[in-house]
Amino acid sequence: MAEKQMSETKGLMGWIDARFPLTSSIKNHLTEYYAPKNFNFWYYFGSLALLVLVMQILTGIFLTMHYKPSAAEAFASVEYIMRDVWGGNYIRYMHSTGASMFFVVVYLHMFRGLIYGSYRNPRELIWLFGVAIFLCLMGEAFFGYLLPWGQMSYWGAQVIVNLFSAIPFIGPDFAEWLRGDYLISDATLNRFFAFHVIALPFVLAGLVLVHLVALHEVGSNNPDGVEIKKNKDPETGIPLDGIPFHPYYTVKDIVGVVAFFIVFAAIIFFAPDMGGYFLEANNFVPADPLVTPAHIAPVWYFTPFYSILRAVPPIFNSQFPGVAMMGLSVVAFAFLPWLDKSPVASIRYRGSLYKKWLAAFVVSFVVLGYLGTVPSNVWGQFGSWMGGADRATVVARICTVIYFAFFILMPWYTAKDKTRPVPERVTN
Amino acid sequence: MSDKPNDKKPRKPRAAANKADSEISKPAPATSTLSFDTSTVDVEKRKFITIATACVGAAGALGIMVPPLVGSMAPSERAKAAGAPVEVDISKLEPGTFTTVEWRGKPVWVIHRTDEQTAELAKLNGELSDPESDVSSQQPAYCKNASRGIKPNISVVVGICTHLGCSPTSKLQKGGDMGEAWKGGFFCPCHGSKFDLAGRVFKGSPAPTNLVVPPHQYLTDNTILIGVDKAEA
Repeated sequence: MAEKQMSETKGLMGWIDARFPLTSSIKNHLTEYYAPKNFNFWYYFGSLALLVLVMQILTGIFLTMHYKPSAAEAFASVEYIMRDVWGGNYIRYMHSTGASMFFVVVYLHMFRGLIYGSYRNPRELIWLFGVAIFLCLMGEAFFGYLLPWGQMSYWGAQVIVNLFSAIPFIGPDFAEWLRGDYLISDATLNRFFAFHVIALPFVLAGLVLVHLVALHEVGSNNPDGVEIKKNKDPETGIPLDGIPFHPYYTVKDIVGVVAFFIVFAAIIFFAPDMGGYFLEANNFVPADPLVTPAHIAPVWYFTPFYSILRAVPPIFNSQFPGVAMMGLSVVAFAFLPWLDKSPVASIRYRGSLYKKWLAAFVVSFVVLGYLGTVPSNVWGQFGSWMGGADRATVVARICTVIYFAFFILMPWYTAKDKTRPVPERVTN
Repeated sequence: MSDKPNDKKPRKPRAAANKADSEISKPAPATSTLSFDTSTVDVEKRKFITIATACVGAAGALGIMVPPLVGSMAPSERAKAAGAPVEVDISKLEPGTFTTVEWRGKPVWVIHRTDEQTAELAKLNGELSDPESDVSSQQPAYCKNASRGIKPNISVVVGICTHLGCSPTSKLQKGGDMGEAWKGGFFCPCHGSKFDLAGRVFKGSPAPTNLVVPPHQYLTDNTILIGVDKAEA
């Protein structure tokens, strides 16, 4: 590789470069970071996720200026933000809509990884960091949802914290320790506030950093799943199919940002509660420890996993299997790099067997997600031939089996699948 | 640690000596810039001291940080003190209805069944997970009977689902949206667990056990004290 100039010697940049690797950082990560030239629509969502993270941190800081983390004052302080703080309603809606959009963007980002095999060698660590980010994000969303201290906040937290008491032996003590009380109370709210505004954001930012460091170490995957570093210009050492991230992809990503903000603004201006999916109606009622709302459900982004919890029947008088399956349904993603035995990475060169399994997985995920938002008797009951079981529960069980089969059977169907030959270079 | 030769500060030999560790204490070459003879370094001893220092440091840091941080998250003394017993007057509780009182922040139901409803409890036994209340953690010994109460028509249960802690909704009427076979009871909106009018769980519910009967006693014919057994009082 030809010797490149990685620092300035004159002027302000020269002064900085003698003390901090500014020029070389800009070159290594932007102007001379070579990304595959064939990125498509699916590659918007990584940068959008970063955008939403920044937006959540910013709006969150301004919300904490007015919010009071105490059971007596929390609900009223949120209403105060909504009604009396100048622009407070937009800041709050930006934060609540931002939470949902974070998951929209992250789910699409994960799906991209799934279809183009971005989790495969040599990107296993990027993927594992990503799974950790997803877990962290779920925790962040859960802790944040308690803060408005509405009915859904309260009973949602009650259910999730009680999930831990299903762990054999240590469970009940652990749940009590987590709550800091015998039920969800002021103590719980106060500590969830601490987790939400300082502990998890800190961890999240760190994980995002290592996610990006690992990405820039090995380079991006692309829709063809071809390693661009295998074909380098012998003179310059630059991948033949690579283009500098800046200006090519920074400009492309800005187009994505504009489109994202059009959707985002439309939601916060015209449908901030998104028909009860982003902000649930019951959460506009203050928390009441004595009355569970007639229908409680988590926010939409948790419902696929919640459905799995609901679908698994208790075994040996223990609800632990359901809890374990729910945990496993999230953690399962971490095993993908080692479950995929296909010779090709991208869906473009995979056979129909993989595509069918992926389609079945996506359909089960969506159906589980829908069923999680509605009561389990939504489709009525089967007749006595099925023991009068709820139809929705039976469907959820079938979807749960498909969901896990996608992972468990992956080594088999990816190895057996008829793949097509992968080109040497990326295609356009 | 610095790998640079540092002959200006001979009183800081540690960084230089550490470099020598990796060379497994070979005699220093003639061109060595180290200010002392590394062949005299006992590598094994040095390794032991390094590990021991790290262990003591880690143990000290954890010992100082972990107990107060972990302990501070347990229920505080104030939270522990907040669980006083509650008195309920049931003289105005009509048969076929129930009332909710708050005990330790939890809803407690006092259910007054009609004679007919109490008689029906036994008929449900085949559909229940634990009809005889055999799981001893779910009720005091004096409530291990057909109607899970001190008096046959009255049950006192904690209205918190044993699945994940929601408070079930009352479905006292027969039939309705619960299906024709429903004899009246409670339905948990969260995950669909069903309980009868004595808080016993139906088979096929996600809830593993019957609702908890709290310790309670009758102070008079119509006054119940929830939270204390007769033996304790």
